[in-house]
Parts: sequence; C-alpha cells; structure tokens
Amino acid sequence: MGKNILVIAEAREGSLRNVTMEALAAAKRIANGGEIVAVSFGSQAANYVETLGNYGANKVYTLSNPQLDTYTTDAYFQAIMQVIDTVKPEAMIFPHTGIGKDLAPRIAARLGIGLVSDVINVELKDGEAIFTQPIYAGKAFQKKKVNEGIIFATLRPNNIPADQPISSSVEAVDFTVDLKDIRTIVKEVVRKTSGRVDLSEAKVVVSGGRGVKSADGFNLLQDLADILGGAVGASRGACDAEYCDYSLQIGQTGKVVTPDLYIAAGISGAIQHLAGMSSSKVIVAINKDPEAPIFQVADYGIVGDLFDVIPLLMEELKKSVVS
Amino acid sequence: MNIIVCLKQTFDTEEKIVIENGAISEDGVEFIINPYDEYAVEEAIKLRDEVGGEVTLVTVGPDRAETALRTALAMGADRAVIVNDEELFGDQFTTAKVLATVLKDREYDLIIAGNMAVDNGSGQIGPRLAEELNIPQVTTITKIDVDGNKVTCERDVEGDLEIIETTLPVLVTAQQGLNEPRYPSLPGIMKAKKKPMERLDASDLNLDPAAVQSPTVVEEIYLPAKKDAGKILSGDLADQVKELVQLLHNEAKVV
Repeated sequence: MGKNILVIAEAREGSLRNVTMEALAAAKRIANGGEIVAVSFGSQAANYVETLGNYGANKVYTLSNPQLDTYTTDAYFQAIMQVIDTVKPEAMIFPHTGIGKDLAPRIAARLGIGLVSDVINVELKDGEAIFTQPIYAGKAFQKKKVNEGIIFATLRPNNIPADQPISSSVEAVDFTVDLKDIRTIVKEVVRKTSGRVDLSEAKVVVSGGRGVKSADGFNLLQDLADILGGAVGASRGACDAEYCDYSLQIGQTGKVVTPDLYIAAGISGAIQHLAGMSSSKVIVAINKDPEAPIFQVADYGIVGDLFDVIPLLMEELKKSVVS
Repeated sequence: MNIIVCLKQTFDTEEKIVIENGAISEDGVEFIINPYDEYAVEEAIKLRDEVGGEVTLVTVGPDRAETALRTALAMGADRAVIVNDEELFGDQFTTAKVLATVLKDREYDLIIAGNMAVDNGSGQIGPRLAEELNIPQVTTITKIDVDGNKVTCERDVEGDLEIIETTLPVLVTAQQGLNEPRYPSLPGIMKAKKKPMERLDASDLNLDPAAVQSPTVVEEIYLPAKKDAGKILSGDLADQVKELVQLLHNEAKVV
C-alpha cells in the first residue's frame, strides 16, 4: 500500500531551498506508489509548482495568501493544519530548518502524534519507514520508527541527495486558507546572511577557532570560503572570544554541519566541536600544533600557521579554477 | 511575574559516548544542566530580579536530575518540581504531555525552555508544550524584554535576526547568545538546600501512563564508523598546499 505524503516546500529569497528537493527525495523513498503532495507558501507560491513537480511532487497546494510571505508560527500552523485536514496524509516530511523546527513539534502536538526530528536518512524496511537520527550531536546515531499515527519527520539539510529533476506533469491546487488571531508580530527581519551561502546547506565550510586570533582573521576565512562557494563557521572558542557571531558556531552547542568539504583552521578539535562536524565528507585540518586532536578526524592535514597556509591555498585554488 | 523554566539534565558535552547492551551507558558520566536550559534559568532569574515574581523549575527525570535542579536553585531559582516516574519517561510526545499536566493548573506568565537538549537534540518540547497549553511561542531567542504585558524578543533564525512582539503568557526557547549564565555562589548553594522541591508521580498528576505512551520507538543505537587515519602532508609549505589542492581535486573530488 502506498502512502500519501505531505512535504513542506521552503523558499528563501525567491527560490526553493535545496532541503525541499531533498525532502521530496526522502518522500519518494517511503511513498511506495502513494501520492506526494507539496505545499508552497506566500505570494510566489505558484512559481515553485513546476520545479516541485520535476523533483517528485504529484500535486502542489499553493497557499498564495500574502500573510504567508513572512513566517509566523500561528499563520503557518493554521495554514498547514487546514491542508492536513483536506489531504489527510499518512506521512509528512518537513525541513529541519528555522521554520520546520519551530512548526513541526507544534503540529505534532496538535495531532497528538510522534515526530522524529533532524533525520539524516530514511529507508523502507518491511514496509515501515525507518529514520536515522544523530544523537549527542553525532557522537552516536539511532534508528527510529513511528509506531502509531501519521509518520512525521524533519529532515536535516545536506544529507539525503536530491534526485535529478525530470520534466513531469504536476497538478497545482490553489488552496485558500483562513488565517486569524496571529499572536506574534514580526516587527523586523535583519538579514545577516543575505547573499551569503547558508551554513547548514553549504557544500564547503571554512571554519576558524581561537587560532584565527581576531575578527579580522575571520575576513581571511571568508575570502577562502568565497573562492570555494562556501560558508564560514567557527568553534565555540572563537565565538566566546568574540571573533565572530554565535550564529556561526559549530559544535554540540551550535550548529551541526555535513558539508562535502570542511576546512578547520586554527581549531584544536575539542570533542564538543567534533560533534558538530565529524560527519563532513572530507575534513582538512590546518593547525600549528601537530598534536591537535583535529588531526585525528582529518582526511588531510597541514601542520602550519593558518596565516601562511590560507593565502597560499587561495592562490593555488585560483590557479586550478583557471586551468 | 511567574516564570516557569523547563530544564533537562544531560551528559556533559565533553563526554565520550559508550554503548552497552544496545543502550548508551551512564557509567562514570558527568551530568550537567542542558546548556540551553542554563540560559533559560539565567534569563528567568534576571527577569524576576527586574520585575519581581517567582522562578519555578520543572523537570521530568530520574533521581540524579535533582542535582541539576539544586544547581539551578543555587543560581537563584525559587522552587523546583520533578516528575520522577519511570512510567512517564518516554519520547517528546510523552514529556510534553507530562509537563503540560504539571503546568495546566499552575499560574504562569512566561515559560522559558532551552531550544533543544544536547543529548537527543530534537528541540520538540518547547513548541509542543506551547501548543498543549494553547499559548504563543517564540523559539531560539537571543534577547527578551518584558514591559507589563508586552514581550519583545530577538530570535536567531539560521543566522538572521527577527524582532518579534507578542504578549504574555508566552513560551520562549533560549538560543546561545541570550546571556552568560552565572555560577552558583556559596551562599546560593547553602540557600538552595532549603528551597522547596516537589516530587510528583503519575498518581499525583492524575495521569494515566497508557494515555501518554511514546508513539515512536528506537530500533537501534550505534556509534559512527571509525575513520581511517588521515594524511598529514609534509615538505615545503607551498608544496604541501599544492599537494592538498591536487588531493582535494583528484582524490576527494570536492573542489
């Protein structure tokens, strides 16, 4: 028996986030012939229909109410509950992003169901969806399933690869939602990350620790990240020393990232930091101290001063990009 | 103002994880207040000191969790409630239901929780509890001002900042950067010993454990695969960098 699956389509600054396509790939794994219904939000909701279809959605509910242009818990909650009442999904996959983290548990509570958060994999075993979830920030993993009720999970970005898009037919449903009593008001949004690569979705992360020595030093890391099309991260030590904002912190407290390439510069590699990045596909460590624990998880290591190594690295990368 | 802090005792973030008989071993492990809940405790104490009122801590956990409550009482919280009943230990569905049952007949204006626990990291309890109690939520806050009934928060949304206005009662969850938690003072530790600790079980709460059973089950717990030792490059620094770029390009194929 196939399962009808609801997938939340999240867009940012006018384009769908990668995690949306990844969630569609996850949905396909467990749909087993069932229908995949995506939901898009806001004035531009209809713009995403074709792409969502090409990545696997059979139907897209477009909620073009402009009250959904900016995220508020209450408006999105009410809108999604109305979609759920109509679609009656047997499974739901939300992104484990700012929106998904805020919304999914509240919806689970309203429906009185379980939720498996922050999953990095899903497989179908004897017809049951089994989710893999990092615990202790990736120091261990657990496989979890939902025993009763709707199957519900939030998907961590950058873990399940999106499928290749195939031109497909898709049904768009213009869905009108009734929104009232919004209890929180967004007075202002300060986009600190605008134009920059999103840390949680970045394919390359250049991360600095206390060894970066200053806020200025982080500009050098940003230059390297720019060449690689990546984002800048930091260790707790660097944040505590106020070299950078806490929003960049990677570790057991802070963000957990899984890029293709993680470059750790001037980071000793305390276990609390390793928890946030050790699942990265390739790890490069640059550190003056050959005994630094970061070298134990690194695929490639250079023992040296990051202020010598990074300028050389940028030069070399520019050459190889040109050639 | 009556402030509730939801608190969990977790492994110290420096602990290594050991699996024994399919479960995570607690042998010799140091326990701490979940770091995000520590921000919640600190903020609650600061707000109470500004506007008056009481800070009540609530946890669901075993005997050892009382140590975390005593630490938070020593920081300055006024009273603590612990639901210590194995029949009520379950997944996030269960814990949120239990916390809601504890709180539904109490007076509260503000509930502060950590935005997630560093052990199973689900981040579900705050929003679930807000829904159970039918109050608004503002998650991952880095600043809060309470002026009468009006609440203004700054929230961190994946690095961007939102300024949110709402009214009491509200549930907020603490993000890193909210404050710098204080250490308990010696007089604080002495006073904490005499502060009230309420211990509850299913019958005290008039809660049927069968009605709050976990809808999710853990099938397996395992450690990440060990990585092979990496390659430490050697030679002239410029040559090392050249080699690194070649390796990233040809072997790892990531640039």
